[in-house]
Amino acid sequence: MPKTVTNNLSWVIGGAQGSGVDSAANIFSRACAAAGLHIFGKREYYSNIKGEHSYFTVRVNDRPIHSHVDGINLLCSFDAETVFRHFRDVTPGGGIVYDPELIETAIDEVPTLDDQASDRIKKTLENAGLGFQLKDALDFATKRGATAFPVPFFKLLQEFAHKVNEPGLSKLTRMVNVMALSASMSILGFDPAILDRAIQFIFRAKKKVADLNVGAAAHVYAYANSKFANGQFSYSLKAKPTESNMIIVQGNQSSAMGKMIAGCRFQTYYPITPASDDSEFLESNEILDLNDSGRKGSTVVVQTEDEIAAIAMAIGSALTGARSATATSGPGFSLMAEALGWAGINEVPLVVSLYQRAGPSTGLPTRHEQGDLHFAINAGHGEFPRIVLASGDIEESFYDTIKVFNFADRYQMPVIHILDKAIANSVTTSQNFNPTKVAIDRGSIVTKVSDADKGAAGNYLRFKLSDNPISPRVVLGTKDAIFWNTGDEHTEEGHISEDPELRVQMMDKRMNKLDLALKEIPDEDKAIAYGSGDIVLLGWGSTKGVILDVIERLQIEGINVKFVQVRLMNPFPSVLVTSMLAGAKKVIGIEMNYSAQLGSLLRQNTGLDYDYRIVKYNGRPMSLDEVYNAVKRIIDDKNVPRRQVLKHGA
Amino acid sequence: MALKLSDYKTDVHNDWCSGCGDFGILNAIQMALADMQRPINKVTIFSGIGCSGKTPHFIRTYGIHTLHGRVLPFAQGAKLANPDLDVIAVGGDGDGLGIGAGHFVGAGRRNVDMAYIIFNNAVYGLTKGQASPTLKLGMKTKSLPQPNVNNSVNPIALALVSGFTFLARGYSYDVRHLKDLIKKAVEHKGLAFVDVLQPCPTYNDINTKEWFQGLDNIDASTGKTMPRMYKLEETGYDGIVHDPSELNEKMAQVIAKSNEWGDKIPIGVFYQNEHIPTYQERIAARIPNYMESPPALQEIADASGKPITNIDRLLGDLSVDK
Repeated sequence: MPKTVTNNLSWVIGGAQGSGVDSAANIFSRACAAAGLHIFGKREYYSNIKGEHSYFTVRVNDRPIHSHVDGINLLCSFDAETVFRHFRDVTPGGGIVYDPELIETAIDEVPTLDDQASDRIKKTLENAGLGFQLKDALDFATKRGATAFPVPFFKLLQEFAHKVNEPGLSKLTRMVNVMALSASMSILGFDPAILDRAIQFIFRAKKKVADLNVGAAAHVYAYANSKFANGQFSYSLKAKPTESNMIIVQGNQSSAMGKMIAGCRFQTYYPITPASDDSEFLESNEILDLNDSGRKGSTVVVQTEDEIAAIAMAIGSALTGARSATATSGPGFSLMAEALGWAGINEVPLVVSLYQRAGPSTGLPTRHEQGDLHFAINAGHGEFPRIVLASGDIEESFYDTIKVFNFADRYQMPVIHILDKAIANSVTTSQNFNPTKVAIDRGSIVTKVSDADKGAAGNYLRFKLSDNPISPRVVLGTKDAIFWNTGDEHTEEGHISEDPELRVQMMDKRMNKLDLALKEIPDEDKAIAYGSGDIVLLGWGSTKGVILDVIERLQIEGINVKFVQVRLMNPFPSVLVTSMLAGAKKVIGIEMNYSAQLGSLLRQNTGLDYDYRIVKYNGRPMSLDEVYNAVKRIIDDKNVPRRQVLKHGA
Repeated sequence: MALKLSDYKTDVHNDWCSGCGDFGILNAIQMALADMQRPINKVTIFSGIGCSGKTPHFIRTYGIHTLHGRVLPFAQGAKLANPDLDVIAVGGDGDGLGIGAGHFVGAGRRNVDMAYIIFNNAVYGLTKGQASPTLKLGMKTKSLPQPNVNNSVNPIALALVSGFTFLARGYSYDVRHLKDLIKKAVEHKGLAFVDVLQPCPTYNDINTKEWFQGLDNIDASTGKTMPRMYKLEETGYDGIVHDPSELNEKMAQVIAKSNEWGDKIPIGVFYQNEHIPTYQERIAARIPNYMESPPALQEIADASGKPITNIDRLLGDLSVDK
């Protein structure tokens, strides 16, 4: 038995979709955060309403963490499938909370366990000389040094119903999630008062539900305490004073809050996972507090008939001067390609929040991938300027959201803000967001047109050709400043033109804005280098968290590696990235896609290339262990393949 | 100073075919704007793609020539962000009822307060005469390799069941009548649809100006030609829903009237229902200051560029000490 590990835990809760896995995980996460601990959690689920297996992984630590690990120290279950799917990941010294009534359940009796998964599980059990029932899975884990914790949920529920004198409650299996959670908290020696507070908070909208859950949790906590509090479990969680100004935040809230601060007042969307949450959060909070007075602001959120309408409507709104956005994922973004070009040729400031998920086509609709980098940069026919910025984590996504609106206004072009499923469906403790750190830049928007901006006929020239590729912009409704827009090539006024010379001038004007953007955008928004060393890990987007944790783990072993996070994907910051890679002996690209898309972008823009690729495309985010192992192999093993494919994840 | 008709005209060269029905519609729009004395800067004409898509370039107001089939979403976005604008959307029959049919239905459900005019000539002119969604089944215009194999859509009926709250049909060569319809459409509270029948002199050799005039339609008793168009208002037809209880009856008569075709084709106002809340009113029911402070008119930063939105309440909820 290892000695007790305090405040360093990988906890997983699973269950059928719709059975309260999320609520239980939210309570767990919030309780840990309220106990002064840092957490990083991620949610995995099927494209399904009810019944399929979903699970939530939460890593807890004394210090900030940014990724999950392969091993599970405490698996919290209340159905058989969760045990079957995850027992192989339970670490020696770890534990499994399970329902003893289910021990005879066989793998084949779990209809939602697909053939591929069940074959793999059976193989593991068979190789260990075990049968195919739940008790065999538990045997497997306990033989490796894990502890099985039987919690008779139904019996405990009946007792609790009797205790509070509400016999109907015994049917309330909905509370089993919180009971399982509470059992695990008891096993971990977690302060029950903090747990109570977290339950109250999560169910704050329903007092009676909150009270019942608190009662049931207390009942199970006491039971588990009496049965399992033998001091033998290897992991514990101990509360400490909370650090000041910390929040616990989900990745589907951060960019939406950024939009509020940025002044985005119009957002459109068509329902799609994992992007809808962004719009729904805005709509749920459509009335906005303002700093100065009792006045209120508001965000108009429109659910459209499809994604084509979504982007078209957002562009229409942007023309009136409202900061406007649409949020979508790959399939929806595919539909937006034509209108994106319209915004490009008409120099309309527009923000598209692109929450990547695994493609192509419907792909793995609820799973993660970074497969849309090239598409974001190239979507749409013809050539037009756009800015593409990729956020690395939840906190970045908040601040980046204000930046993308500033870029859109300043350079009068569409800006694609790349996020992804891993960010959207993760939760983390973070320093509180600080809106006073940001500023709003609306670029050269004018309310009155000067004579200099008018043509010979006295008309305002929306697309005035001058040394500055950015023309003063007015919004629809402005007096004495009418203009025209067209998806055709156009004159300075905005009328259709097919003149060959004007065409060249207009193309140059538009494309030159990218050079200007590249000149003006600060380095920290282009790429960031962490650590130092002649081995460089190169990545973009949400692999940031896991790579940061890897370089920290390597550092503890005395190995210094550098991490370069590219943020501005278009226009590509070639000079900066080249300088960051100068002197590198090995450049290791780490990406959640098949072809290492940043690698080809790097080659295309700088002539440099990855020496090694670590890629993953099974739909599950990279874990700390697998990235660490892959990098370590490259460092240690001369014969390591140039391309390693990571495969962990249930 | 009063705005004149010429104030609504640009000097952009118009390259429509001579005899094109689009001219009548363009004139009717400009006349309607002048009649209503709409300020130049308050009006935005949105258009789709095709010959009709060029319309905004000939009108001296804000003009936004959008994408094929997408004019309604662009236009609705602008109107919702700034309800103070007069938004008029125009486009062809293929644009609105073919590639844009989904948006046509979606727009009906919203009932955004604006007008939509379809230039309906039953062909795709700019791509050289293919069958549009309003060409009748079995018709073979001169540029079609084979007779039209699709049934036609009934634009008025589709608009009705989609939720448009003003429905009218005009004829491009009856410009004064059309102007009046457009004025009514713009002044209507809600989403108004004007279906304008027009010849395409180049590609539609069936529904020609002469055909609409009824030169082939001889009254046997008098020997005179009978124009195919007749005006609903001259028959005592009343399309206005005066009371919500009349709804089914009024809707039924729209279906019946809009199905008339051939020797007798009704034009005029088919339907008007101002009992349905506009999308703006629906938003205002949730966001009380929406009309005074819509997205386009909200301040978002102070003079120094600092954001003025305060999300302390939301962040407070996320505090680990909560």
